[in-house]
Amino acid sequence: MPFALLALHAVCGAAALLGARWLGRRAFVVGAVAPLATAVVLAAGAGPVLDGDARTASVSWVPRLDLILDIRIDAFSLLMVALVSGIGVLVFAYARQYFEDSARAARAAGLLTLFAGAMLGVVTVDNLLALYVFWELTSITSYLLIGLDDTKAEARAAALHALLLTGLGGLAMLGGFVLLGTEAGTFRISGLLADPPGGRVVDVALVLILLGAFTKSAQYPFHSWLPGAMVAPTPISAYLHSAAMVKAGVYVVARFAPAFAGAGVWRPLTVTVGLVTMLAGGLRALRPFDLKQLLAFGTISQLGFLVVLFGIGQPEATAAGCAVLLGHGLFKAALFMVVGIIDHETHTRDLRRLPDLGQGWGVTKAVAVVSAASMAAVPPLAGFVAKESAYEALLHGGAAERWTLAGIVAGSVLTVAYSARIVAALVRPALVRDVAPSEPEPGPDPAAHRGHAAHTAHAPRLAFVAPGALLALTTVALGVAPTIGNRLIDRAAGALDSEAGAKLSLWHGVTTALLLSAATLVAGVALFALRAPVATMQARLAPRTDGRAVYERAVHGVLGIAGRTTAVVQSGSLPVYVAVILGVASLSTVAATVGAPWWSGMPDVVGRPVHVPVAALLVAAAFATVAARRRFVAAVLLGTVGYGMALLFAVQGAPDLALTQFSVETLSIVVFLLVLRRLPDRFERRRPALGLVPRLALSATVGVSVMLLALAAGGARTAPPVSAEMTQRALPEGYGRNVVNVVLVDIRGMDTMGEITVLVVAAIGVTALARAGLRPRLRRARAGRGTAPARDTVGTPPAGAPAPRGR
Amino acid sequence: MMRRSLIVDTTLRLVFDAAIVLALYLLFAGHNQPGGGFIGGLVAGAAIALRYVAGGPDEVRDLLVVRPWTLLGGGLFVSAATALVPLVAGLPPLDQRAWSLRPPLLGDVKVTSATVFDSGVFLIVVGLVLMVLEGLGDDPSPEHGTHVPADATAGPAHEGRLGSEDRGEVA
Repeated sequence: MPFALLALHAVCGAAALLGARWLGRRAFVVGAVAPLATAVVLAAGAGPVLDGDARTASVSWVPRLDLILDIRIDAFSLLMVALVSGIGVLVFAYARQYFEDSARAARAAGLLTLFAGAMLGVVTVDNLLALYVFWELTSITSYLLIGLDDTKAEARAAALHALLLTGLGGLAMLGGFVLLGTEAGTFRISGLLADPPGGRVVDVALVLILLGAFTKSAQYPFHSWLPGAMVAPTPISAYLHSAAMVKAGVYVVARFAPAFAGAGVWRPLTVTVGLVTMLAGGLRALRPFDLKQLLAFGTISQLGFLVVLFGIGQPEATAAGCAVLLGHGLFKAALFMVVGIIDHETHTRDLRRLPDLGQGWGVTKAVAVVSAASMAAVPPLAGFVAKESAYEALLHGGAAERWTLAGIVAGSVLTVAYSARIVAALVRPALVRDVAPSEPEPGPDPAAHRGHAAHTAHAPRLAFVAPGALLALTTVALGVAPTIGNRLIDRAAGALDSEAGAKLSLWHGVTTALLLSAATLVAGVALFALRAPVATMQARLAPRTDGRAVYERAVHGVLGIAGRTTAVVQSGSLPVYVAVILGVASLSTVAATVGAPWWSGMPDVVGRPVHVPVAALLVAAAFATVAARRRFVAAVLLGTVGYGMALLFAVQGAPDLALTQFSVETLSIVVFLLVLRRLPDRFERRRPALGLVPRLALSATVGVSVMLLALAAGGARTAPPVSAEMTQRALPEGYGRNVVNVVLVDIRGMDTMGEITVLVVAAIGVTALARAGLRPRLRRARAGRGTAPARDTVGTPPAGAPAPRGR
Repeated sequence: MMRRSLIVDTTLRLVFDAAIVLALYLLFAGHNQPGGGFIGGLVAGAAIALRYVAGGPDEVRDLLVVRPWTLLGGGLFVSAATALVPLVAGLPPLDQRAWSLRPPLLGDVKVTSATVFDSGVFLIVVGLVLMVLEGLGDDPSPEHGTHVPADATAGPAHEGRLGSEDRGEVA
């Protein structure tokens, strides 16, 4: 069944993509079938899973590589599926209202479905390598989604930025997975976590895995792709960058933490990175005026929060993490949807330029206020319940946890401040309009739409607002009556860490956590009230560079290095290439033979008397070739060297070889001369690229290495030669007395097949290359003569006719 | 118009047919004596190259009705077919068989399927030589790039182009 659901995503996605032109906006309905089916089926079967009986399925993909597609749906997977597929359906409904009826809408729908399927795979598979495959699928689909409007350069750049960062992280993660799997002896995640290995290698593997998770979940310093990705249409941001894709990294952290958190580097690394991200993201979120950028930095901050909670690996924190995970998905998706509605109707996302949203905007504003309040952890909403449990969990820990708590509280204060900013922008725009701009706006220039903004505050359709409203209602419900979601969150936490459990409720009594929450709210509101001085101070203290600039400089640097390396290595100089090739080949041969035991005794210098004149001929011809001044002469002398070789074969008793060598040498000379005709008669006296001494040294090395190789090959035989058996079997089984021919045609016949195929290809290639330059000339010549030449008929042209010219 | 050398023409007439017969002999005798498809094809190719030297590319083109690439393709087809036919009978590819025949004049003759494979090889080699001569064999024309020699000892202009001494003039 789970495989069927994955396949359904693929099918719906493909259908939406293929039928793009006909479906237009209706593609969202087609695409929504997949997540809807997933949500329904898994919800229906949720009972036993929540009781601890995980649902499994398995398909053996490449058993030798341990790539077995195991699927294991436990309660935590169910929680993630609620986000991925549940919010997914709402996003599809929203997107149908957002997009215009066009092929691009259908393309978005198809890609979103494929992405949803990949994400479903990430949260349900039980095999490390399969997890990586689905992880990379989400990277690829998100690349296509971010760059949906591929005519815009900034969209393409942002998509590439995201792909490069998450791809690099993914590669590191694969390395970590492979190391971990080989150390543990199994690639099955459930088995791995039940019996986690330890040691130095595992530590390295965990760091690599965390690297992958951090890049995907936009943690510092890999966060720079997320604000850039806001160039994508809002429904895509609502899905990818709030509910689904960025949660993949958090998912990995959550899965691995309970087993590995105690091991050295995990906890300090995750908590530090998470806290830094939460604080830095929160601070950055106070500055932008583009609502989507604000939400982007807010998301980064919240993801840092999640990484801290899950990274600690303690049962209470894990349970709190599950609660925050759910709450965040709900309010962030709703906020993005509202921003999208505002953008769609008023054509601006700049908070300073929002018109007064009056009639008909009530529901939208309510959704925004509720979601922002949940983000700020205002009671009685889901966000509040979740954050309370987080505070409780950290209060019950040791000294390290108290420090972490301090960081979290600071981050929460910032969260309240930027949530207040959003609320103010929508409800009382005058409050935020007077603050001077503190940083240039990335993204589309809001001023371009200023003319429109004041007038077109057209109220959105109910169907447009409905998905967001549904999310907001859920936020309220889970806050007012936390027991609704308690079972899911409790069991999800239990699936991660068997000791974890959640008892969410709205009122625990007047506890320290409650006081902390109250203090956070007050401080946050105060921070918002003091926004003007805070903004000026931030502007003065802001660092000169940001993540995006660092990324661009890094890419530029890599390309520069590549260019310089190519200029050196591929200089275009033929002598240099030949020198490098020959040098490496000969030196490696010398190195190999010098080290190995090959010396089987010095062979006889002169085997038979007839060898002497043949050797003399060879050596003399070789020297003469080098000394030749004319190309023609050099080619013929080279042929003479070949004839000498053939003589050697004949003298040694190999008639077939000798015959072949003679014939090949003859034909080679002919072909050589055919080509050399087109070059000047004499070798040009030009300054060579390499000096005389290096050339002599290289030549000597090549000669020595060939001799060493020949000597070593002669003495290297350890087993009886196979030629004895070939000679025995040639006549009875090969029906021939000429062993060489039997070998060619029968015993090694497939090699011959390959060789003749190569000959055919070479013949075609030679003709094509030779003709390539000639063709235009031939056409011109034929046009000049008027009649087609008699090339396809037999027989010479009749005597007296002018000879064909200009071929 | 090519200036044909009388010596080369006469030699050609004597040698060419004999060389082709020799090539065919090497092909058929190859399985039991030195020889074989490659060698036969190369000898035939050498004879064709001699024809080229005598009369230029036209002489080579007039030799056969069949185009060189047809020979190439035909040879590959024959060899591949010989390799694949045993598959039909359920045997591994390139399984060779021998037949003993008794044709009227020749007496006992043993024929092997290897000879068929070899003849495919023969055709390919001959086709390769023909293709090379066809592709590279045309006279280079002035606009194809005459390089002026760099050193000052270049002789009179007509010596600067290799091979034009025999040809009289360029097209």
